[in-house]
Amino acid sequence: MKNTISERVADFLKKYPPFNILAEHQLQKLAYEVTIIHKENNSIVFAEKEAPHNYFYVVHKGAIALTKKGSQHILDICDEGDIFGLRPLMAHEKYKLQATAQEETILYAIPIEEFKPIALENHQVGDFLIESFASNTRNPYSIKHRGKLYGVSNDGEGTAENKLLDLQPVRYSTNLVTCTEETQIKVLANAMSLNSVGCILVTKNELPIGIITDKDLRNKVATGMVPITKNAKAIMSTPVITYSKELTITQAQMALMKSRISHLCLTEDGTTDTPAVGILSKHDVMVALGNNPSVLMRAIKRATDSKRLRTIRHSIINLLQGYLEQNIPMGLVSKIISELNDATIKQVIQVCIDQMETPPPVKFTWLAMGSQGRGEQLLTTDQDNAILYEDVPEDKKEETQSYFLALGNRISVELNHIGFEYCPAEMMASNPLWCHSLQEWKEVTSHWMGNPGPDEVLLSSIFFDFNVTYGEKALADELSLHIFENAKKYPQFLTHLASGALQNPSPSGFFRDFLVEQDGAHKDFFDLKLRALMPIIDAARVLILSHSIKSINNTAERYEKLAELEPKNQELYTACSFASKALLKFRTKQGLLHNDSGRFIALDQLNKEEKIKLKRTFKTIKEIQELIQVRFQVKNLLR
Amino acid sequence: MWFFKKKKTLEFPEFWLDYTQQFQEKLPQEVLGNTFVVLDTETTGLNLTKDRMLCIGAIKLTNNTISIKESLEIYIEQEHYDSESAEIHGILKRSKKIQFSELDALQQFLAYAKNHVLVGHHVSFDIAMINAALKRNGLPHLKNKTLDTGLLYKRTLLISSVLRKKESYSLDELAEKFRISKKDRHTALGDALITAIAFLAIKEKLKPKNLKDLFQKQNPPKFGL
Repeated sequence: MKNTISERVADFLKKYPPFNILAEHQLQKLAYEVTIIHKENNSIVFAEKEAPHNYFYVVHKGAIALTKKGSQHILDICDEGDIFGLRPLMAHEKYKLQATAQEETILYAIPIEEFKPIALENHQVGDFLIESFASNTRNPYSIKHRGKLYGVSNDGEGTAENKLLDLQPVRYSTNLVTCTEETQIKVLANAMSLNSVGCILVTKNELPIGIITDKDLRNKVATGMVPITKNAKAIMSTPVITYSKELTITQAQMALMKSRISHLCLTEDGTTDTPAVGILSKHDVMVALGNNPSVLMRAIKRATDSKRLRTIRHSIINLLQGYLEQNIPMGLVSKIISELNDATIKQVIQVCIDQMETPPPVKFTWLAMGSQGRGEQLLTTDQDNAILYEDVPEDKKEETQSYFLALGNRISVELNHIGFEYCPAEMMASNPLWCHSLQEWKEVTSHWMGNPGPDEVLLSSIFFDFNVTYGEKALADELSLHIFENAKKYPQFLTHLASGALQNPSPSGFFRDFLVEQDGAHKDFFDLKLRALMPIIDAARVLILSHSIKSINNTAERYEKLAELEPKNQELYTACSFASKALLKFRTKQGLLHNDSGRFIALDQLNKEEKIKLKRTFKTIKEIQELIQVRFQVKNLLR
Repeated sequence: MWFFKKKKTLEFPEFWLDYTQQFQEKLPQEVLGNTFVVLDTETTGLNLTKDRMLCIGAIKLTNNTISIKESLEIYIEQEHYDSESAEIHGILKRSKKIQFSELDALQQFLAYAKNHVLVGHHVSFDIAMINAALKRNGLPHLKNKTLDTGLLYKRTLLISSVLRKKESYSLDELAEKFRISKKDRHTALGDALITAIAFLAIKEKLKPKNLKDLFQKQNPPKFGL
């Protein structure tokens, strides 16, 4: 039996082991029995110690995190095509881990009753399962039961706290760059640059006989010891130190430390008598450890597709969590994380441009707006972005805009794939309203500033925090200049912007209680963004604009600059700078806790100290609002 | 009193009476307690009187899960035939799929849909098409409540006068937005699946309090002063 959907499910499963081994009719039959499950963000698929379901699961879209109870540490993340929850069914035992949806996820639930006969009958399937259970790729708890797939129980195993690195296999590059002994140094150096690798393998009949690294080129060639006209044999290190491809991260670390080298050659069986299958660099090991921003940065720059970037993003979130746990200063944290986010977006843009059929017709800049533009986007929130490109002659206008719209659309889809939600207001470069040439942007901003209605003020408050993520900075500078000139021309614009900053409802009520939301999905929650963050951010924007200071976008930094410019208000501005950092930290912590944007806070979950801290910032907000009200004479406008 | 006689009902076939019987039961108030039947029809064209249904595809959505083997895919025998639209749908008049008469197809669909809420993209067209078929076979209109993912989707977007909101969004646009594969576009069951997944994603965004709230969310929001 089959129908259109089951055929589609079969097509999907066919791409992933062990389903790729199954015969067509087996797969079709299995697919017909599948149940499609939609899991909301943070919903639990199965809990620890729960009796096994009748199904095991394959991730179709989204991500599932496997955790151990009472620990925030994520042991594994299952991505598209990964299987989970199978072992307990095979072994007739309870679930050992909790599976939670990390984002909105679609699962295929495959009934074990249908699958088991296939697994028992088909040796290859059985072997795959034994191997994956034993080599811990999907379940690190079963290393001790190598080869005993069915009916073994293993209670009380493993410590959840370390990331079980000693069990995880390493990820190495299989894209081997090789040369022969006779290859000229210049030729092999070119090959290394072209493939952007730090080492090249010298092979003879496909067997590794030597290795040349950047260091060899520096020490032996650049110093003049060996002339550049010589060949590989003169500078290679030999013999090659080889390891088996089934190396775990810990083993790799040990090997690199022991032999004090930066690259390991992996061969079929670990000796130099079998062909090389991959090269493992120190960098690969560091990425696997994933706790170092500079390593993550390099990993981002090397990524060539969004799937890889997505896994790197998970590491970034882990890093952020670690920072917050260790109480590292917020200013530093936000800077590092924003840099990483920035690099991710840059890489996505680069990948997308490469995928376009033709290069961009003119120079352009990718502008990040809103929180990202201000460098305050620690968690993935919505993507707010715009494209600004050089002016083109009238007859090329349409063609150019359609090119950049197509590019914008592609980028925003890829960003979404990585985990940046679409902007619900469609403020994205894929929208014709946010994709303009320089001249058009000048006209748009002039219009906003000349006719400051509530909508125009809202749009400018989002747009004016723009920051260049990619491309020509000069274009953005010219636009900023234009905006400052206009700000002088239309002084009433600042007044309107200031009144916009005062429009957000106050955070505390008459009795200095928190004001919570009255209805809607977030009833009785405190809206941190609207009631606390926005007023303080808006105030900083209007003040900095009135001083014509460009290229400082971060709210805390803006207040620091203001403190410098206006010594008489220094105390207030410094307090604002602190408050904005404190609020951002609140938001990030809440966001990590609930795996969302952290905008809404459940007050009953805050402790006394946190509440006092939060309330203290309200006083500062009130003071800065009063300052704005007086300085920009907003009262005249309101009455 | 002749005009009080329920003369007409007696003429209806058994399966229709079974179908109407289902509606004596009230739908659960909670959204999760409900089963939604997500449907799509492929037709020879857009004309309600002239054109006919080629295929009805439907799946059941219970507790956010879809069981593939419980889906419905019925192909309908054709008298009226338009070569232009058959090209789009890839359903040829004499294809190898098992085909049913229109009446049999309706009977199967009614037994499947029961009193559940019907969900579709621009669902009013599909309902009108089914109603037209019912009428041809001497039966009254469908009694099910309906939800339109096209209308619901609009509610997930921000409301602001500065944003040019489109009048309507196509299923293709929804599929792109929610990153759903469009491989089976223009097969009834394939479209039903895309609609179902979009519906789940929209439902999560809207977070309706109960079923009544979900129905109300199809209308543009009202602003109270």
